[in-house]
Amino acid sequence: MTNPVVAVLRRELVSYFVTPVAYVFIAIFLLMASLLTFHMGNFFDRGQADLYAFFQWHPWLYLFLVSAIAMRLWSEERKTGTLEILMTLPISAGQAVVGKFLAAWIFTGIALGLTFPLWITVAYLGDPDHGVIIGSYVGSFLMAGGYLAIGSCVSALTRNQVIAFVVSVSVCFLFTVSGLPIVLNFFSAWTPQALLDAIASFSFLTHFNDLSRGVIDLRDLVFFGSLIVGALLLNTVIIDAKRGS
Amino acid sequence: MPALLEIDRLTRNFGPFTAVDDISFTVKQGEVLGFLGPNGAGKTTTMRMVAGYLPPSQGTVRIGGFDVQDHPREIKRQLGYLPEGAPLYGEMTVDAILHFAASARGMESGIRRQRTEYVIERLRLESVLYQQVETLSKGFKRRVGLALAILHDPGVLVLDEPTDGLDPNQKHEVRELIKTMAGSKAIVISTHILEEVDAVCTRAMIIAHGRKLIDGTPASLLAEAGNAGTLDDVFRKLTGRSE
Repeated sequence: MTNPVVAVLRRELVSYFVTPVAYVFIAIFLLMASLLTFHMGNFFDRGQADLYAFFQWHPWLYLFLVSAIAMRLWSEERKTGTLEILMTLPISAGQAVVGKFLAAWIFTGIALGLTFPLWITVAYLGDPDHGVIIGSYVGSFLMAGGYLAIGSCVSALTRNQVIAFVVSVSVCFLFTVSGLPIVLNFFSAWTPQALLDAIASFSFLTHFNDLSRGVIDLRDLVFFGSLIVGALLLNTVIIDAKRGS
Repeated sequence: MPALLEIDRLTRNFGPFTAVDDISFTVKQGEVLGFLGPNGAGKTTTMRMVAGYLPPSQGTVRIGGFDVQDHPREIKRQLGYLPEGAPLYGEMTVDAILHFAASARGMESGIRRQRTEYVIERLRLESVLYQQVETLSKGFKRRVGLALAILHDPGVLVLDEPTDGLDPNQKHEVRELIKTMAGSKAIVISTHILEEVDAVCTRAMIIAHGRKLIDGTPASLLAEAGNAGTLDDVFRKLTGRSE
């Protein structure tokens, strides 16, 4: 007997690989990650055996690529009408949301995992701090989950994938940069410091930088964890509320 | 025979628009109810509420005594539903889609194999089992949709325009299938094709503008039209507008 969450998860995961989606995504992800690392990140010129040049681009890479994966999660089901099939199976909206999210997260995890040759490269060239690299991978994976959960939630709102993509990139962008001066300066003139700190604390960049220094701080884990859970709960509410409309 | 499906004062509003207005009916085991009406009459909205996909604004749907809104899990086990246009996951093979539905329904592997084999044989899907659904003809797609609807051997079948867009041979096949299942189930079929009523239904109901106009056997509907009338005449007389 299969758990309904597992049934949804397996169906979703298989559908990535029977369509070109998986191959195109993985190829582009790896290509862009290497281009950014070696050209923009000056991987060799830094003269240090670490993967900083690689991980620093992840928030920006995910902003577009993970939003592209997330945009179809619900919009497509709504557009093709398969949502009606899914929602009349004995599966709750929450189970479907979790199954779909986990499938997409595992899929991005596979893409991320396939960057392992870079790790091997630095290990061969020098003597990197493996703890830092593991922390960075964990942080990157959690951050991908954060982007995905937001994207999935946005995707549930519309049957149009283009709208889902654009809105999701915008929302994710705000989450990414909320700790940077361009956002904080805008607020600092007229908001109290406490609120300013609150806004800054939502920044993916800040939390990811903490993790990618190899410091696995409980606060960063809780941040990404609660963001994912919160977005998925909202996602479930949206699916239930918009059922049939 | 007990009524398997009981619809009581069902109403659905979309903003100020009332798509379904105070409809009540029951369907017993062995009955095939033809749900007729012009396009936009509220057929699909009603079917979606019966299937538990769309929550009603007012009124209740009970299947085997359970309220659709209060016991969604129980209902979904007893109900087979073919949505309008038979939407399917196009990238999946027929085999994979049947496997998915069976495991999502929590079937044990033995039962799953038995039921899948049964529907494959019943809907003659052997030849396309490993083809992607999006490459199939309309007739095959509809048969896959029907296979999903009867996979768990539900007591109540709700089929939204099961023969729409099929060629005459395919229509005939689907109707034959419905007839062979009729004895053990309560079936509701929506259609705007009147010959369907003659072909498969034991009872027919006509709705327009969300309201029930008439509910009876095909013969009693004909009586409504007078001696020389056909079902088409009844339909036009009841649903036609003067503009």
